[in-house]
Amino acid sequence: MLEAMPHRAAIWNFVFGRLTYHSFPFLNPDTEGRILLVTFFVVFIVGLAILGAVTRARKWGYLWREWFTSVDHKKLGIMYMILGTVMLLRGFSDAIMMRAQQAYAFGPHMGYLPPDHYDQIFSAHGSIMIFFVGMTYIVGLMNYVMPLQIGSRDVAFPFLNNLSFWFTFGGAIMFMVSLFLGDFSMAGWLGYPPVSELQQGPGVDYYIWGLQLSGVGTLLTGINFVVTILKMRAPGMTLMKMPVFTWTTLCTSGLIIAIFPVLTATLFLLALDRYVGTHFFTAGFGGNLMMYINLIWVWGHPEVYVLILPLFGVYSEIVPTFSGKPLFAYSSMVYATVAIMILSYLVWLHHFFTMGSGADVNSFFSLTTMMISIPTGVKIFNWLFTMYRGRVRFTVPMLWTMGFLFTFTIGGMTGVMLSVAPADFLLHNSLFLVAHFHNVIIGGVVFGVFAGVNYWFPKAFGFKLDEFWGKATFWFWLVGFWVAFGPLYILGLMGVTRRLSHFDDPSLQIWFVIAAVGAFLIALGILSFIIQIYVSIRRRREYAVGHDPWDGRTLEWSTSSPPPDYNYAFIPIVHARDAWADMKAHGYERPREGFNAIHMPKNTASGVLIGALAFGCAFGLVWYIWWLAVASLVGVIAVAIAHTFNYHRDYHIPEDEVRQSERSGNWQQAQGANA
Amino acid sequence: MSQPNPSGHAAAGNDDAMHEHHGSLRGYLTGFVLAAILTIIPFWLVMDNVIHNRPLLVFIILALAVVQIFVHIVYFLHLDTRSESGWNMMAFIFTAVLVIIVLGASIWVMYNENVNMMPMSPQYQHHPIGGPSAK
Repeated sequence: MLEAMPHRAAIWNFVFGRLTYHSFPFLNPDTEGRILLVTFFVVFIVGLAILGAVTRARKWGYLWREWFTSVDHKKLGIMYMILGTVMLLRGFSDAIMMRAQQAYAFGPHMGYLPPDHYDQIFSAHGSIMIFFVGMTYIVGLMNYVMPLQIGSRDVAFPFLNNLSFWFTFGGAIMFMVSLFLGDFSMAGWLGYPPVSELQQGPGVDYYIWGLQLSGVGTLLTGINFVVTILKMRAPGMTLMKMPVFTWTTLCTSGLIIAIFPVLTATLFLLALDRYVGTHFFTAGFGGNLMMYINLIWVWGHPEVYVLILPLFGVYSEIVPTFSGKPLFAYSSMVYATVAIMILSYLVWLHHFFTMGSGADVNSFFSLTTMMISIPTGVKIFNWLFTMYRGRVRFTVPMLWTMGFLFTFTIGGMTGVMLSVAPADFLLHNSLFLVAHFHNVIIGGVVFGVFAGVNYWFPKAFGFKLDEFWGKATFWFWLVGFWVAFGPLYILGLMGVTRRLSHFDDPSLQIWFVIAAVGAFLIALGILSFIIQIYVSIRRRREYAVGHDPWDGRTLEWSTSSPPPDYNYAFIPIVHARDAWADMKAHGYERPREGFNAIHMPKNTASGVLIGALAFGCAFGLVWYIWWLAVASLVGVIAVAIAHTFNYHRDYHIPEDEVRQSERSGNWQQAQGANA
Repeated sequence: MSQPNPSGHAAAGNDDAMHEHHGSLRGYLTGFVLAAILTIIPFWLVMDNVIHNRPLLVFIILALAVVQIFVHIVYFLHLDTRSESGWNMMAFIFTAVLVIIVLGASIWVMYNENVNMMPMSPQYQHHPIGGPSAK
């Protein structure tokens, strides 16, 4: 049910809902308030500096016209990557606060974080890392690379793509606002009832509506990508000639379409329980909180495959390129991907073996979980055999790939240990589990994102990233990961459970101190990454490369770096897998004459508007500001309808301009080929 | 199409698809009559008390509902193996498999959990799902 409104004149409650002076936690005179106050000032000053710099450089018009309203999949991809990096900093600062607290809070020392604040931090860390770092990064990579790989000029629904970004952005802003206005959920990253139903205040509501916004964005992206891949491949590119990254994008998008409605429905039922007093997930009145756990994992388990599959695609592009030979057993890689996609629906119960479904149910889900490691193992061998007797170049993307092979395989094996239901009764909710899923998500997803960024950065910007800082990033992350999570495996086997803000047994402390050192090493890794970007931008002339710096194999390397707005002046015709390697082998010469005008979609402000209004609606719902929620919702519908009456949504890039840009494009031959 | 299609070849593909499957008056009428019959039968069964075996009655009604779903899909949504070069059918089968997995397994899981975890004390016996306590 709705909570009581503040005691004050009705007009204030109407205008501000339950928002009061006390809703600003950084004004509280306790430790939590002081930490937030410092954070607030840092964010405020950095934010002001960025806004000031943009204003001073008079770039607002440029940003609005060229980026915010852009329907170009490449620019949206880059915007997703930037959003993901900002959210990584937020999610990681939560992580290092937890590590610091756990290394310190033993015996008489209670640490610097009170339990209710600590609970918000681990909840925010988990949800941000999954929804706004992992998902944002993979959507960014898929957005940038997939249309180029299939020889298309954009995605099937360019406006929808822009709209998806602004929905995701709105969700991210909801999570950020919760830091300084009200509080955040203390119910963990999946918001289990009864905690998520009993918690007072706006915290859980921020969680619900933030995820609803980003969920809509992700679902629309999934639909967009499936249609794009099925409808807009270059002529000759049959399904079995698609690059593996495109295959994994297709499977991930299929998964997204199938599961995100489940998340939306589940969170909506939770919202009904909280707002109108229904009893879907209460402990009485016909409700059943086990049903929430069941439903959220019907979404949640396929979700982790949504995260990892595109990165399997990234590795499958990098390994052949830097081994100088085609991928070993392409078709088995494709079938393994499809098998994982189907099997990922059949394993969700392994997240709650201990809830009491009994031996037969547990055995079924235990077996399916073990089964899913088979196609994953097939993939590992595919990559190893591609490298075997290849001429491997140890570039930064390849280092990340090898780090992944080593780290992810161990993470996968601890996963098989957890899939044994009787063993899971001991390991459930322990730090062993925490170490396991960080092992696969950092070792698989994060390493893959860094590999992909280093691999495709020259394509997106026309210059390579700095090697030295790239290697520094890699080694800090790899070593830091093992130092941070090795101790958690050990602690988990000793029976330490997760999400604790204080410990009594002093003999455990040393392990937590080691883990904190590991987190510090990872912090150096993130710092190295930022330095890498900065150094590379400073030396961009020195690092400038041609359109095919790695001697690539797939179509995206056949157009200039960065690609023109229209990607390809002529849609390539595909005759073989690894289309660009095939074209190079047959002495392909790019056409220099006979250009035509190119039909392209126009930029539009509707996406930004709808995103902003949807954010207003969510914000109104969180704070019970009903006029805002209703007005924004009406606004969303009105703008969406108005957008359908916009008939000027396309234009032609004139022939002269195409010729000009094809001449001035960056067309040097491969330099990295001899490295 | 709501969006201009940036690549010519794909636009051509879309046009082909749009010329298929508009459905005919005959098809819609057949569908309507079948749907009406399939709706009237369950009403008649219940209102005239035709079958006294209740489980059998429920089963028949559910079976008719499933047939009804297929009538809608074939005659109103025009799903067949050819539309969009088979992708519509593929998507439909994929959806059906997932819905069956999610619903079937959830019922199986929740049933087992109720049997194993709920009957702890007599006061819970009257509430097969959840206890009498409020939140």
